[in-house]
Formats: sequence, C-alpha cells, structure tokens
Amino acid sequence: MGAEEGNEVGSNDVHRQPEPSQSNQYETGNNMKKQILVGSLVSASLAVLVGCSQQSAPATEPAKVGIDPKIYTDSLFAVMKADRTNYTKLVVKRLGPAGADVIKPDEHWEDLDNGTLLPAQMFRAGAEAVAEMTDDFTYSLQSLWPIGKQNGPKTPIEKAGLEYIAANPGENYYGEEELGGVTYYTAVYPDVAVSDACTICHNEHKDSPKNDFQLGEVMGGVVIRVPLNK
Amino acid sequence: MRFPALKIWLVFSLIMLSGLGYLLFAAPSKDNLLIGQATHGHHQIELACEACHTSSFGGPEILQNACTGCHQQELDAAHDSHPRKKFTDPRNAELAERLDATMCVTCHAEHQLEQTRDMGVTVAEDVCFHCHEAVGEHRESHEGLSFDTCATSGCHNFHDNRALYESFLVKNAGKPWVDYEAVLPLANSARFLSAKGSSGMYEKNDHHDYAQIKSDWSESSHAGAAVTCVDCHQAAGEAWVEQPGVQACESCHADEIYGFVSGKHGMRLAPVIKEQLEPMSPKLARLDFKDSAHDLQLTCSSCHDPHKPNLQKAAVESCLGCHADQHSLAYQTSPHARLWQAELDQVAPENTGVTCASCHMPTIEHKQIVDKETRLRKVSIEHNQSATLRPNEKMIRPVCMQCHSLEFSIDALADEALILNNFNGKPSKHVESVDWALKRETR
Repeated sequence: MGAEEGNEVGSNDVHRQPEPSQSNQYETGNNMKKQILVGSLVSASLAVLVGCSQQSAPATEPAKVGIDPKIYTDSLFAVMKADRTNYTKLVVKRLGPAGADVIKPDEHWEDLDNGTLLPAQMFRAGAEAVAEMTDDFTYSLQSLWPIGKQNGPKTPIEKAGLEYIAANPGENYYGEEELGGVTYYTAVYPDVAVSDACTICHNEHKDSPKNDFQLGEVMGGVVIRVPLNK
Repeated sequence: MRFPALKIWLVFSLIMLSGLGYLLFAAPSKDNLLIGQATHGHHQIELACEACHTSSFGGPEILQNACTGCHQQELDAAHDSHPRKKFTDPRNAELAERLDATMCVTCHAEHQLEQTRDMGVTVAEDVCFHCHEAVGEHRESHEGLSFDTCATSGCHNFHDNRALYESFLVKNAGKPWVDYEAVLPLANSARFLSAKGSSGMYEKNDHHDYAQIKSDWSESSHAGAAVTCVDCHQAAGEAWVEQPGVQACESCHADEIYGFVSGKHGMRLAPVIKEQLEPMSPKLARLDFKDSAHDLQLTCSSCHDPHKPNLQKAAVESCLGCHADQHSLAYQTSPHARLWQAELDQVAPENTGVTCASCHMPTIEHKQIVDKETRLRKVSIEHNQSATLRPNEKMIRPVCMQCHSLEFSIDALADEALILNNFNGKPSKHVESVDWALKRETR
C-alpha cells in the first residue's frame, strides 16, 4: 500500500515535470538573446579594461609573487642570530657572573630564584614559542655532538647539512626533503662558539660526545624548515 | 483514509522529535544523553555538557580548546614534557605517525570509563615504547627494561617530571630521610590581596545572635585583617546578602578560589557549570564517604566557618567529616597525626604538624615578592586537591620534600600499601632512579 501511494506521488511529480521544462525552452530562447547581448557588453568592457591596463601598467599578479625560500630563511636566520647575540651580550654578559652578577644563567634556571636561560635555551624557547604561533616555518638548534640526544640530526638532510657546515666553515647548506607527506625547504646555518662559556660547558658536560671544542669552531647548526606545497 | 502509514510515521516522528527536544532543552537532567560514564576527573561535571562541548559546530579543536581551557595553565607550570608542538614538529613526523598526541583525547578519551586507566589514560601501557624503544642503546641503566615500566615505576611521567629529571635527582641525593626541625610555610596571599581595609561594622535587627557572631569574628583572622561584616555581606551600593556565595570570598582569596573550582571539590562551582549544577556532594562522589555526610554540599563555608575562619578545623576535622576511605581512616593513628596532635597540644612549634591539608592542600611558596621591603614571597594554599594527587610524583617537590629526602619521598609514593596505611612505617619499595643518576655522575 505504501509502495502504491509512493508510486502515485512519484507519477504526479513526473506529470508536473514537463510544464516548467516547456517554459524553460521558451525562456531559453529569450535568455539566449539576453546572454548574447550581455556577453557582448562584458567582452567589450573587458577588452577596454585589458587595453587600458596594457597601456597604463604591466600585467602583473602581485598576489602570486613569493619570496625565494633562500631569502626567506636567510632573513629569518638574521633575526635569530641578532636576537641571540643581543641576549648573550646585553643580558647574560652584562648581568651574569661576568658582569653585575645579579642573574645566574643555568641549565635548570627555573629552579633558581635569579636563574635565567642559557643563550642556547633562550634560542630554543623562541623556537617553541614560534611553534605555538605558526606552522609556516619551524626552526631548531642541532648538533652532530648534542648534549641531549633529541638535538642530534634526525633526517638525512639535517645530517648532511650539519656535516657540510662543520666541514666548510662560513658556508650554509640548503636542500629539500619530504617529511610526513610535506615537502620542505630546509636550510642549515653554522652555529659558532662565540664565547668560552659555550665551549667550557659543552666540553665538561657528562653527556657531551665531544670535549675539545675551541672558540670560533662550528659547534652545531640552526636548521630552518619551510613547507613548500602549502 | 489516504496515506495512513505516512500519517503514523509523521505522528511517531513528531513524538520522537518532541522527546529529543525535551531531553535536549527541558529535561532536568541530561543523563539519558550520556554516551558513557565520564572519568573520575570529570564525572562531577558530566551533566554540564557545555563545559566541554562548547559549540555544536566545529571540529576536534572545540574539545581540544575545552581541555586546554582548564588544564593548559597546569601543564605550563609543569613544564610539560610532551607539549603539542613536539608532535607538530616536522622532524618528528615519523614518530607522530606512531602517536599523534596533538590532541589530548588521543590518550585521554572521555566517556569510556570501562577502558580508562589511572590518570584518565585510554591508550595501552606500552605507549612510551613506540617512540623511546631505543633508549637502552645510549643509556646503559635502561637496557632491557620492560616496555611498561617507564611511567609505572616512579621514574617518569608523560607530562610532569619536575621532581624526576636527572639533575634534580643528583642535586638532592643523599639527604637524611626526614628533617626533624622542618616547619611548613605559613600562607599570606589573602593578606596581600585584600584591598578592602576596614569598612565598619553593620548591625541588623533580626534573629541573629550578633553578640556570638561578633565574639567569634573578633578572634578571627578576618578581624585581624580588618575584614568586617559588610565586606562579605554587602558589596558597595548593593543590598545585604544573608549567605554570600563563593564570589564574596574571591575578592581576597582569588588564588584559593581558583584552585577550589579547578579541583574535584569545587569544579561544579566553576563559571558556566555553576549555573547548571548544584555544588558537589559526597552522594555524587565515587570514593567512600561517611553516611552522615551523604547530603552535605561543598562550598567555602563547608570547611571554613566564615565567622571564625579556623584553619585547624579545615586541616583535618573538615576532611574526616566526609572522607571514609582506607587512607583517610588510617590518618588518626599515623606519625603525621601524632605531629599534628603535638602542635595542637602546644608541645610542638606552630606549623610542625602534618594534616590532611598539609599534603592535599599544600602551602605553595611563589616566586612573586609581595613585600618589597622584607622581600617576603607570596605563599598561598593550593585548594585544588587534585593538583598534587595524580600522578603522585607531583607531590614530591611541593609537599614531601618540605620535610623528607627525595629518595624517601620517591620510595614512599611508590609503595601503595604504605599510602593506604597513611605512611605508618617505612617504604618497602625502592626506586633506583637516584642510584642510577649518581652512578652516571661517577663515571
């Protein structure tokens, strides 16, 4: 019974269907004329616009112009290096044991009343804060001789980059890699021992795999990673 | 009659829609909508759906924001060892495929009580192994350790390792098991937060015995801080309130109220939830309570008589007035209780007794200086009794180490039988973490 009623309803629908269909056919004729008219006007107007734009300005698409990934990562590194140098010189050296001695830079700074972050920790804190704000880029401080194992190279590009900058002082390393289905532009910049505080701490730390770091030597690298196919 | 089946279907649909509408919008309780019982940490508020399901639209971030809204501050304070950013870092992409803990519900699924383990965890016990399987290769002491021992042996926690990291173990090793001269800090936060001063007394001609109230008040800490009747009963320009709510206390005791509404005692009085639920009551709880406490409700004045704020009553008497589990019942015969009795009898100095509150609502010394002249630091009482409870290693630094050594504290908290008898004896278990850390120092 339900099926029959259903058929009735359905057949009614079928019968009603041709009416608007016919109407559409009639309207289509009128619409076609209108479309041709409107189309002509739009084409003419576009032709004028294109003509004008060709005369007054070059046909560029500013929205699609991007920054070369190398310039992007080089710029990011410049900011990172400047901030790190400033923190080391203007805060740690000035107020730490070598200066006014009112703050104590320490690996476990949070456990001390006047504790403050070591420059490398300040750098990592920045990287962590950035990771909470954006995924447009990530960065980290790594080394072939890390005190914490998690700071050693994990990907082939990281390893190749850290080896390259250690073997070629003053040079950077750039490459591409795919991680988790995403292609990244990965840049590796040298991290040089600028203070004996760096070398002494690393040379004496029980978990350091290398204990003969010298001032001016490459101790590790800053790895900046930018997703390319976003 | 035409289309009788369609009409029947329509009638049933309307009845069902009406029923659903009633359950969603008009029913006094939403328990019929629960898809499963909530964990021990959330069951008190499981019928305030909007506390977590803040919007009908949106993806997983709705629930994630609800989790972090209540728990992020605590995770930050704990220097969370596994923050979200660790799992979004591209260099950990391979590990994140094994455990994608970018969302709390990855490990803490709700409404699945039957498969929920301690700490509200719903993933298998080998969760650590999937990323840290190679730890034995560069840490000799960890070679051959069983996959389920990382977080169950008193050595590591997923989030909070403030008392367990290696340098801390080394720094605090080798101290006497107890400091016999230890004195617990005295809270001072309300004194420095109170901006009211004396507003004068207020008397009403009603049935109250004001002579008794005045007498009680005059000996209270409220009188000492010049907090008077109107400060609590009558906000500026408003009418007299006979029984002021939590908000009256909050103006001076903000830290304590924040803790209270964050914990199991007071979470039903937290914003949004308090409009939907009555205060917590022993009859709603899952622990063992005294029959006489069955119908009591939990607000500030349940433990603190506002006219004679008495920290002694709130320290033990109030707790044992309700709690009747094995650990609570064993308190009165414990060494901690003997110290408390000595303090009450005035044969031991003030703040040398150890009460329920000493451990479960500890006084926390903050970095913040509240008096620049004397360099006095703020000390508040943590009123979220869950903040140091689970995992119990969270209790080591703010509580146990006020009086005990690190090794003793770790061992005692790993001994379940000792916890049940309320620390009546010495630990029968030994956690080797400090030994291992020291061994690495001497290499």
